[in-house]
Amino acid sequence: MWRDAVLVAGKDLRIEARSRVATNQVAPFALLVLVLFAFALDPDRGVLTRAAAGLFWVAVLLCALLAVQRAQTVEAGEGTADALRLSGLDPAGIFLGKAGAVAVQLLVLEVLLGLGLVVLYGVDLAGYPVLAATALAATLGLAAAGTLYGALASGSRVRETLLPLLLLPAVAPVLIAATRASEAALGTGGLDVAPGDWLALLGVFSVVYVAAGTVAFGPLMEEQ
Amino acid sequence: MTIATSTSDLGAAAPATGGSGAAPAGRGGGGPLTLSLGLAAVLALGATVGLGLTLPATVEQGEYSRLIAIHPGLAWASYVAVGVTALASALWLWPRSRSLRWDQVAGASAEIGVVFTALTLATGSIWGRPTWGVWWVWDARLTLSALMLALYLGYLALRRVPAPPDVRARRSALTALLAVAVVPLNHFAVTWWRTLHQGRSLAQLDPGNDLDGAFIGAMLLGFLAMTLVYAWLLVHRVRVARLEDEVEEAGLVRAIEERRREAVTA
Amino acid sequence: MDDAVHLRSTVCLLGRFPALAGLDLVVARGETLLVRGANGAGKTTLLRALAGLVPVVEGRAEVLGCDLRRDRRRVRPRVGLLGHGPALYDELSVADNLRFWARAGRARPADLGAAMARFGLDGRLRDVLVARLSAGQRRRAALAVLVARTPELWLLDEPHAGLDAAGRDVLDELVREVTAAGATVVLASHELERAAGLATRSVTLAGGRIVDDGSRWPDALAGPRRQEPVHVA
Repeated sequence: MWRDAVLVAGKDLRIEARSRVATNQVAPFALLVLVLFAFALDPDRGVLTRAAAGLFWVAVLLCALLAVQRAQTVEAGEGTADALRLSGLDPAGIFLGKAGAVAVQLLVLEVLLGLGLVVLYGVDLAGYPVLAATALAATLGLAAAGTLYGALASGSRVRETLLPLLLLPAVAPVLIAATRASEAALGTGGLDVAPGDWLALLGVFSVVYVAAGTVAFGPLMEEQ
Repeated sequence: MTIATSTSDLGAAAPATGGSGAAPAGRGGGGPLTLSLGLAAVLALGATVGLGLTLPATVEQGEYSRLIAIHPGLAWASYVAVGVTALASALWLWPRSRSLRWDQVAGASAEIGVVFTALTLATGSIWGRPTWGVWWVWDARLTLSALMLALYLGYLALRRVPAPPDVRARRSALTALLAVAVVPLNHFAVTWWRTLHQGRSLAQLDPGNDLDGAFIGAMLLGFLAMTLVYAWLLVHRVRVARLEDEVEEAGLVRAIEERRREAVTA
Repeated sequence: MDDAVHLRSTVCLLGRFPALAGLDLVVARGETLLVRGANGAGKTTLLRALAGLVPVVEGRAEVLGCDLRRDRRRVRPRVGLLGHGPALYDELSVADNLRFWARAGRARPADLGAAMARFGLDGRLRDVLVARLSAGQRRRAALAVLVARTPELWLLDEPHAGLDAAGRDVLDELVREVTAAGATVVLASHELERAAGLATRSVTLAGGRIVDDGSRWPDALAGPRRQEPVHVA
């Protein structure tokens, strides 16, 4: 299973490295979202700095939708779905590989967005360990949930519109928990709940979706 | 292609359906038990509305306090609906109890659940207006209900994607179970996020609470009425779903015949 | 039973459409079977069903000793399907594609190298993106993947389509070689003259069933029956 996961993730990341969709389209889009937030909010009175954590994670969420849809498009070539089923690859490995590739791309984007926060919003990055742990746990959950809902919505003509409807309400806990944990790390929150609780919530979310995807991906791939 | 035709496996979901399955496929109505369930639902709903309208207006909430007769009941029924969807989905996924019937129950229950959740949000919003001064506050339970509504709207959208019955059933069952797994996570997230609701309705049953006995009576009657309405709607929606699937099943034999005839005409 | 394929009253649905409507077919090991039929007769579905991709909902179906109704996944690593789509990633080079599919199918690297050389993919084409290949070159790449996987049952859907004369010769030689080595080939084709030269038997599909099981081999298509064994390269 892990060998297959590494093989599939390597293939997906290689495709992204060659096609540069993530670097040429998704990354500029993410930075554009940061700029749009500045237009929508008041950039002078510290609103952006205070809201930075939430805006960051909303931007990540939007990028996750794009990354998941891109990961689906890669497999949409004629005959590819059949070939994957015939290949003998473990479906759980395929799921872990595809989710892993999405997670790696999102983590790179998050670093970029973090730099954007520092430059554009004047955020002082502090509390690195908590920020890194939050990013890891949240990204894993987002990638796993996105890949699983992507498979559930695939094969239908409405998949582009169905995916956000399925994914966004389901990842609401990730948005809330990641934002609060980041705020706690950045010192912009002022909340009673410690970051540890939010990290635990993110961890449980990731475990639930990774486990569900590992089990469910095989039967989902069988649907012609 | 074995499709259960007995109604016995519906028992867990709606205890009062006995006999409805004996109705011939062409008949639109239900059996006598379904009919009495419907009568009971209508009577209970009528009594709830009647009792609610005779409640006294309270000082803080004025006329709006009468909503206690239906709002908690609607919320309760929406949770029951979501629970039944999850249970039926699990039963479909479990190989030994796999039957298209469970898929029909899950879908029907989710549809009714969405309607009840929407009504819960609407009545809660109307009720909250005089208390909070605004239509909507980011209270934990309101937010949770709104997220639940979104989750199940997604579920119903997925069900409407054209697919063979077993494919549709598998995708829907997985989505329903994922949704149920997400509800507690959402619950913790929004509760830690913020909480300013006026305590759970049932907690108000504590002796010594100054809520008037009439209010408690109306609320409990509302629970009963909404549960009966839910069960009645479920029975009928499941029957329609079964008839739809039967029509398509009957089409299969004809389709094979037609397919074979292609060879002759070709 | 030692048949490669044994179907009896097999029904396969595409959605609600019975693409195979009670089909009977037996293919012995080592045979090269030509499946003929008009568009929409069910040829592609038959090949995909034999690959364990389409569920069999009615009747009996055994391929290479695996019961497709019980577990159709078991047969998959042992068959090779050349479908309409080349099943290659447009944004990867030929070599990257072949390496991925070969490793996914646990093929030996040496087999892959030999297969690439055989289809002329080891030279300039090696590092070309699949998106830049012609249809015929993609076919060659797809065939190279199959060769590297050394399947026991070859399912070729319109294999000659898009190939140039040299490619066709390589393909025909390949089919003769693998059947001589004991593998079984089922090919669906409209290019009857080309395919009839390869096949040891032919059946005709119509309306999702076999309407002519090859006992009445049309003289016009018989061609020179190949009998002499072809030596393995």
